[in-house]
Formats: sequence, C-alpha cells, structure tokens
Amino acid sequence: MSGKIVELTVNGRTVEEIVDPMEPLQSVLRNKLGNMATKTGCKQGGCGSCTVLVDGEPIVSCLLPAEAAVGTEITTLEGITPDDGLAPVQEAFRDHFAMQCGYCTPGMIMTAEALLERNPDPSRAEIEDAISGNVCRCTGYDPIVDAIEAASESMNGQGDDGA
Amino acid sequence: MSKRRGTGLATVNYPTGMNLGGDPTQALIHSTTTGNFVVTLSSTDLGQGLKTAMAQIAADAMGVPVDNIIVDTGDTDTGPHCMGTFASRGTHRAGNAVIDAADEARDVLMEVAAEELEAAPSDLEPDGDGNIHVLGAPDRSISVMDAAMAAHFEQGRTISGRGIGFKPKSDVDPETGEMDPDSTEAHATVVTEVEVDTETGEVDVLTVKAVYEIGQMVNPALVDGQIIGGAWMGMAHALYETTDPYYPDIDHKPGSFGEYSLPGPSEVPDIEYEVLEIPSQTGPYGVKGIGEMSATPPIPAIVNAIKDAIGVQITEIPVTPEVVLRALEDEKESSEEPPVAENRDGGDEP
Repeated sequence: MSGKIVELTVNGRTVEEIVDPMEPLQSVLRNKLGNMATKTGCKQGGCGSCTVLVDGEPIVSCLLPAEAAVGTEITTLEGITPDDGLAPVQEAFRDHFAMQCGYCTPGMIMTAEALLERNPDPSRAEIEDAISGNVCRCTGYDPIVDAIEAASESMNGQGDDGA
Repeated sequence: MSKRRGTGLATVNYPTGMNLGGDPTQALIHSTTTGNFVVTLSSTDLGQGLKTAMAQIAADAMGVPVDNIIVDTGDTDTGPHCMGTFASRGTHRAGNAVIDAADEARDVLMEVAAEELEAAPSDLEPDGDGNIHVLGAPDRSISVMDAAMAAHFEQGRTISGRGIGFKPKSDVDPETGEMDPDSTEAHATVVTEVEVDTETGEVDVLTVKAVYEIGQMVNPALVDGQIIGGAWMGMAHALYETTDPYYPDIDHKPGSFGEYSLPGPSEVPDIEYEVLEIPSQTGPYGVKGIGEMSATPPIPAIVNAIKDAIGVQITEIPVTPEVVLRALEDEKESSEEPPVAENRDGGDEP
C-alpha cells in the first residue's frame, strides 16, 4: 500500500503531507510535522498524552487516522502557546507545580483548554471528570485540578492574587 | 447496603541510600567562558526534581545565582559515575557530591578573582548575586563572569571541581550481626480514614493525614509534590494496582492502560500533612530522602483502616472489592459455625 498526499490544517496553517493508510494523526503531527508536544503514549487511546483539539473537541490523536482529519481545524499545544510567554492554562500549570515528569502535561493542557472553552467556570468535579481520560503517574492529580481551577479564575478575571 | 467507616495508622522508618558494596555518586563542575557553572551528573531526574535540587545546592555551595547553574545529566555512558536514583538516595548522595565538587571549583574561582583584584583568596567573598567582593572594601569587586573570562583568556586556568558522595561498604559483624545498612533514616506516621461498602466491597479512602520527618528540605514545593503524588500512589497500590490480578486465565491480565486498574482524579482523598525538619548527620545541609517513603506507609494505613471498618484483617494487596467480599464471607462462615460440632459432618473442629 502506498502513501497519499493529504491537506491538513494544523494551528491555523494548511500543510500537505504524505500519510500512510490508517496512519494515526498523532504520528503525522509528531513525526512528520514536528509538533513534539503531541506525545507518543500507549497508542491505544488509554492514556491521553496525545490529546489534541479537532474542531475544538479534545481527541486522542493516536486513534484518529490522519486522513479523517482532512477539512478540520487541528490544534496542538504549540498552537495555543503565544510567541511570547505562556497561555493562561500553561501559566497555571507552572504556578501550581502541576507536573513532575511532564509527559502527561501537553495532553492535560489540551483537555483543560477544551473544557474551559465549553465550560468557563467548571466545578472541581467537572474538572476531575474532564481529565479522567488523561493518566498522570506522578502528581496525584490534585495539583492539576488546582491549576485548571486557577486558570478558570484568571481567565474569568478573578485571579486570586495577581502575583 | 451498609457503609462502614474505619481509621487506620501506619508508621515507617525509611532508609536513605543503601550499603551495597560501597555506594558512590560522582559530580563534576566546570565554568563556561561566561561564568555559568555546568554540574555534570549521571543521576537521573525522573520528574522528582533532582536537577532543580542540585542547581540550588550547587548555587549555594559556589556562591553564585541559581540561574548561573546548568545541570547536565545527559549520558550515563560518558558522565561521572552514579549508582542510580533509587533508595531515596538522589538528593543525599548527589548533593554531597555537588558540594564536594563546588568546594574545589570555588577555591579555583577565588584564586582567579584574587589575581584580578590583587588580593588574597582568603579575603574574598561571593555575594550570591554574581559578584566577588574583597572583604572590608566594598568597592573592590569583580563579577563572576569577568573572573571566568579572565581564567579562560588571560590566566589560562580551568575553573573546575571534582566531588563524590560516598558510603563505604559496611560488612556484617560476625559476632553481633551489626552493620550500617543506610546513610540516614527518615520517618513518617500516616493516618487514613476509609469507607467500606459491605455490599459491593468497594473501599473509598476519605482522608490521608501524615507527618513526615525528613531532615532539611532543599525545596518545599518538590517535597509537596512527592508527598501528594506518593499518597495517591500508595492508595493505588493498596486498592487498585497489580500486573497479575486474580483471573481464571492469565491471558485475561491487563495489556494496556485502558485495562490496567488505576484510581483517577475523583478518587483522590483529602490529603493533609506536616513536615518536621530534623537534620541528618550525613546529608547535604542535613537532607534525608523523601522519595519512596511517601508511597509506602499509606498502604498499611489503608489496610488497617479497612480492618477497623469491617473487623477483618486482610493480608494481601490490592484490596479489590472481590478481596473485601471474600474476606467478609469467610468471616461470616466462621462465625456462623456452631460452638459444638458433633451434629455436623466433618465434626473434627475444635
């Protein structure tokens, strides 16, 4: 079987890439387009470390064939990171020390982005529910939930101390 | 349905480092041309924050800002030797090695600065902000960067240091059995509250309250990360995790993250803790290890709380709902046996 040229829109830029039949979007994003934040995790949809946004919805990109993403808007962690500085969710993760090894962090942040987009003021239970498909081995989740809660507050203009 | 609550306690005496056949970790420090100091280690940061802790220790020992420290743990093939980040030994061993290396490098830095300032090395002091001053003459100073440049391009010197954190081999005394197996010991007491559903066998950990006695903290935020993450991991070991769960057929064991049983974010209990800093005699600045011990005492504390809740001592982990229900069933059967056995088959019980 031979590859096929597809057009993908990643972080606002349309690119052409040769993809193999059934090649996962994760593999194309990381290995062909250089979006290194999209981690290679379990490759079975069980860990969430490859989470990206497809038309604003968080999906595990290891389970989506790249061809199926043609015509969608794909957003990776690189796409939400400003040229200068960090996005509010990224800042909150840093300030609340919401990572140790960092492997789950890009997927966690993309899941949080999608949550805060559709629900700008989530409860703690809603945050826990949203990230329940993203596995973290190090933090015990509490610092991650704290960070997403704080990001929601700062994005809604109720930052706790402005520090 | 009946939910029963219980409280359990566990206390741990946890070794930092091992005896092995002599247990070394080496560190090398050298300055770049611009006065940054590269700390080369083979001790690996798995996310516990070892690089951060080593940068802090190196900055303190060199007398330079932490921003001027670069920790390179790149390659265990070519780097100085480290036995590994295990036995909660990383900060203890590598920290001692870094201080040892920094002592040597700092002496060279002071000699270089002394030549530039036309002063005696013993009269110099770094201010921790990137400058070296002549004691008693505040206007006579040189930046660390200028000293490094002078070393490289004028004096032809290498500002560097070699260090080791070492525990010699300790043999067992054949007469008494005595030996010295570790470098220091940290301590903790953990109390947990659980709720056991006697209908479904499910155990919910409500709270984890702990006191950790861990020597001098290098970085409280890293300690917090270890304790919170460790409490969750201890709960995971106590109630969920096993690579070989009981199944009729071994082929049914989990093969992926989706099948491996782990507690998620909504199962995290309320965690509260206190840290007591009682310096060790052997660690850098009195450090003891906190790594592994954060995940171990929650396990017996949870199993003891289950005993308090349902009156049965469970002796295996993970305590899955099936384990709870079987334990309750066994308990019920043994308590239903009549005191006099002569009317029953197999009546040879006491």
